[in-house]
Amino acid sequence: MSIKGRLFDWFNTIFLTIVGCLMVFPLLHVLAKSFSSSKAINAGLVKLIPVDWTFINYKVILADTSIWRAFLVSVIITVGGTAINLIMTASLAYPLSRPEYSIRKVILIFILITMIFQAPLIPNYLVIKNLHMLNTLWVLVIPSAISAYNLFIMRSFFVALPAELVDSARIDGASELRTMWSVILPLSKPVMATMGLFYAVSHWNSYSTALYFINNRALYPLQLRLREIVLSNDLGQAGSLLEGVNEVSPAGVQMAVIVVSVLPIIIVYPFLQKYFIKGMLVGSIKT
Amino acid sequence: MMSGQAPTANQTSMKTSRPLGRRRSNFRKYKALYFITIPGILYFIIFKYLPLMGSVMAFQNYNIFKGFTGSPWVGLDQFKRMFTYTEFLRILENTVLIGLYDILFAFPVPIILALLLNEMRKVLYKRILQTVVYLPHFLSWVIIGGIMIGILSPTTGIVNQVLNVFGIKSIYFLGEDSYIRSILVGTGIWKDSGWGTIVYLAALASVNPELYEAARMDGANRWRQTLSITIPAILPTITIMFLLHIGNFLDFGFERVFVFVNSLNEHNGDILDTYIYRVGLIDQQYSYTTAIGLFKSLVGLMLIMIGNTLSKKASGEGLY
Repeated sequence: MSIKGRLFDWFNTIFLTIVGCLMVFPLLHVLAKSFSSSKAINAGLVKLIPVDWTFINYKVILADTSIWRAFLVSVIITVGGTAINLIMTASLAYPLSRPEYSIRKVILIFILITMIFQAPLIPNYLVIKNLHMLNTLWVLVIPSAISAYNLFIMRSFFVALPAELVDSARIDGASELRTMWSVILPLSKPVMATMGLFYAVSHWNSYSTALYFINNRALYPLQLRLREIVLSNDLGQAGSLLEGVNEVSPAGVQMAVIVVSVLPIIIVYPFLQKYFIKGMLVGSIKT
Repeated sequence: MMSGQAPTANQTSMKTSRPLGRRRSNFRKYKALYFITIPGILYFIIFKYLPLMGSVMAFQNYNIFKGFTGSPWVGLDQFKRMFTYTEFLRILENTVLIGLYDILFAFPVPIILALLLNEMRKVLYKRILQTVVYLPHFLSWVIIGGIMIGILSPTTGIVNQVLNVFGIKSIYFLGEDSYIRSILVGTGIWKDSGWGTIVYLAALASVNPELYEAARMDGANRWRQTLSITIPAILPTITIMFLLHIGNFLDFGFERVFVFVNSLNEHNGDILDTYIYRVGLIDQQYSYTTAIGLFKSLVGLMLIMIGNTLSKKASGEGLY
């Protein structure tokens, strides 16, 4: 290879390494601060490695029941919401993949229209209000039960399955639902995993729905509680615990809460990466 | 004669009744399929179509006690009101400017990153880098807001510490109007440009390797190959992504902006979505903000249609 080419390779490797570092360093910085003492943080000594190792920031969080309550709310809506998402999406996507479902073209256009025209916030608010969903956990789950985009991805997966599967199940005397449950769904694990992760991440990360529709602080999901802690500097219960304790700083506690809420994402990240890329490519090719 | 006509009459009557009969028997045979779609269809009616119909309140002076039937109709007054408010015009300007900066600075980044990643020879290292650059995509805006506020903090933030080393005084980045737009666009680049490479990398992987071989035979270097083979090969993908981006031009995202905007920087940072939340949901100006929401959707639709027509004329590529 030419010298010029090799020079480019070197430059490229170095440049991309810098880009990679820029993506990870902020996270390491947060992690380091969460394990550092307030003195070290305030003196600006903490870069990427904790200074003055301490667990005090995490102890403060552990003592704050409102954070754990919010964590629990987020777990409930992520698990329960994703289950509802998958059941609702699959039970609409599967018939839409079958030629025997004679109204499928009408329904597909009916759904496509909702992707193009989205109603403004206030009419949505009024519908939710009239359904008496304000200030309930249902509002975090039901109004987002089906994403049209995910529905189309799932449908295109079902369409790609060989039609003989359904035919042979029918010859064996299986009912339609039996066919869906015992033949189609077991074969659809990859798409179910992809869609499940899509939905779960959006439940875990979203805070706007709760901000719009929930006033009751006992029902706040983690992201909304986190928002108060990191953005408004409103530590609440943890703040009162802080008073009189010199070695704890709001900055340290804020970083520790961030670590706690990122942790579930980091744990499932290997799966996320694998399935999300698949899902994203299916989506971009079929639409 | 009679016997000759009877079958014809019979046939025509059968022809007209057959589709209906077939539909009925199809329905009976596959009623389970129809049955399980009922919840999903109801979902779209209740949570998508009802609010869409409710958007007619943009043409009313909606009163929560009078409802849709009792509230007075005011035609296009709410829309006229929008454009006479200087506050609205300032926020529209913010939204358009931030959207333009986003297209100018954030849109090309994944393309460049994908091209560079594609040139990486060491497969393992390339895969590690990909894993790393995809990660920020999965973090919520609250978390990214928290991280950035920590890094940019005038007292404990690492950026200001570096500035101090060079003798520059600490800057309160989030407390001034002049930085907010760069922060909004920049954090978007940090979060999503790595993730955005996936589509382009897939397009790059599908380029026929024989093309490169032939080019090498003709003495083309890597730069020449990139210009003449790689970029033309991913141009359709770039066009499609650009059109999708254009359609969301005014949808910069409530969650992103709302974590960074505060009373010190909202003059330049407030966008339509945060305005709709504040004035609509908090101050309860229902009809007015619904009109703004409709205006936003309409502009998005128009942009996507114009973009599609132009791109079809220029390159034959389009969304539909």
